[in-house]
Amino acid sequence: MSALTFLIVALIKIAVTLGVLLTVVAYTVWLERKLVGRMQNRWGPSRVGPFGLLQPLADGIKFLLKEDLTPPYVEKNIYLLAPGLALIMALTSIALVPIGPIVHLFGISTPVQITGVVNASGQVGDINVGILIVLGITSLGVYGIALAGWSSNSKYSLLGSLRASAQMVSYEVSLGLSLVGVLLMSSTLSLSGIVHAQLGTWFGFIPQWYIFRGQVVAFFIYMMAAFAETNRIPFDLPEAETELVAGYHTEYSAMKFAMFFMAEYANMVTVACIASVMFLGGWSGPPLPFLPVAVQAFLPLVWFSSKIFFFLFLYIWIRGTLPRFRYDQLMAFGWKFLFPLALANVIVTAFFVAIRA
Amino acid sequence: MHLFLFLLFGAFCAGGAVNLLIQRKTINSALSLIVVMGSLALIYLLLGAEFVAVVQVIIYAGAIMVLFIFVIMLLNAGEEEHVKGSNVAMIFGIPGLFGGGIIGIWVLLQHGPEEKHIPIGALYGPADKVGMMLFTKYLLAFEATSILVLIAIMGAVVLARRSHS
Repeated sequence: MSALTFLIVALIKIAVTLGVLLTVVAYTVWLERKLVGRMQNRWGPSRVGPFGLLQPLADGIKFLLKEDLTPPYVEKNIYLLAPGLALIMALTSIALVPIGPIVHLFGISTPVQITGVVNASGQVGDINVGILIVLGITSLGVYGIALAGWSSNSKYSLLGSLRASAQMVSYEVSLGLSLVGVLLMSSTLSLSGIVHAQLGTWFGFIPQWYIFRGQVVAFFIYMMAAFAETNRIPFDLPEAETELVAGYHTEYSAMKFAMFFMAEYANMVTVACIASVMFLGGWSGPPLPFLPVAVQAFLPLVWFSSKIFFFLFLYIWIRGTLPRFRYDQLMAFGWKFLFPLALANVIVTAFFVAIRA
Repeated sequence: MHLFLFLLFGAFCAGGAVNLLIQRKTINSALSLIVVMGSLALIYLLLGAEFVAVVQVIIYAGAIMVLFIFVIMLLNAGEEEHVKGSNVAMIFGIPGLFGGGIIGIWVLLQHGPEEKHIPIGALYGPADKVGMMLFTKYLLAFEATSILVLIAIMGAVVLARRSHS
């Protein structure tokens, strides 16, 4: 593949992935309003377009046209920097996620993954520390929230961002540790390598995903930590509206507020992608040999998107079900329950991997 | 391309370090330090040490600097007071800096390794190689570091306990 083809393919992949991600983000908001509405015996958005389907578009236009207020008492440079930082960090990590296997189109073969290429031996080559880069980008995402709260110079914002940064730093530990079991079993840090390690099946139909290979506990630890990382109910104390108005983005309006909003939902999608790659086999699924070949080609994308949909639905479902934690409960849960459990999981997994080796 | 990137991030790194010293607001200094850490990680990446680069980002930029920012937010530290530089520092500091720098470079050139520069992409990159070296060649240093960290944690616990009673 020449340098020019590589550049063009990479640009196309970036454009398509970003476009799909932003659409998913917009429609997750719609889905959330609709589902939570139904769970609370309301209609949800129903005025703009059929089933309120054009509501995200209307919201977008509204965000663009609203007056963009900058309060006079803020720390201006950092105040302007923070929403961009939050959004960039949220959108970057999708680049590392393997969305599908190698596709052959117009004589070019390339994996459906922005940072992936097909190497000389016909295998997928991607960054060999991929999962660590995702964790690194996630840990940098704290800055957007922390700086937003601090620079707003308001006590609600400051409290919200203090809560957010303490919570995210604490739960990052359990989040990282819960992935170690999978990494021990797959003995690779590359995300497409991890998907390839889960491709086989038992009895021809049960896929060998890591959740079925003893990483169930790790999966639940990951999910709980992920809810805290993305500041979702029941861990949404950084923006607890009954106590803190709107938390760290209280002083933001119009597009700058929308950037925080998009960052939160993009983070949800990323976390769902990583969960499905690490525990649910990414784009792999049980083989369906009775389907025609043309449909078979689209199966990986169908599997992947249905897994993402499952996680997004779970987020919304839990939002409609659980109340918010108290802050000391949140910290005690993270450090005294999740963290030892994640450590125990690492030790037990290491034990079994060592026996099998 | 590599040289250009190296110069770019080297400039970012040095600029960030200087900015860290000049800035009077603590938060700006902390942000410059993050820029320094990030550019250092990218220079590691250019050298081929991708694992070290990512660990640099996760630990320094993602964990330690977050705690710095957290403390700055918690204490709400404002601007530093500006003092006029002392004459003694001016007289001895600037020649001392140059002298020390020249001596340091001279010692490195005299007693450094045979190859005067590390070629791009020459470092031990993959995580498995780094792990192998940590658990074989540098095992003692690695274990000693873990004891050091344990002592630091115990110290923090003791200090936190004392302030409560």
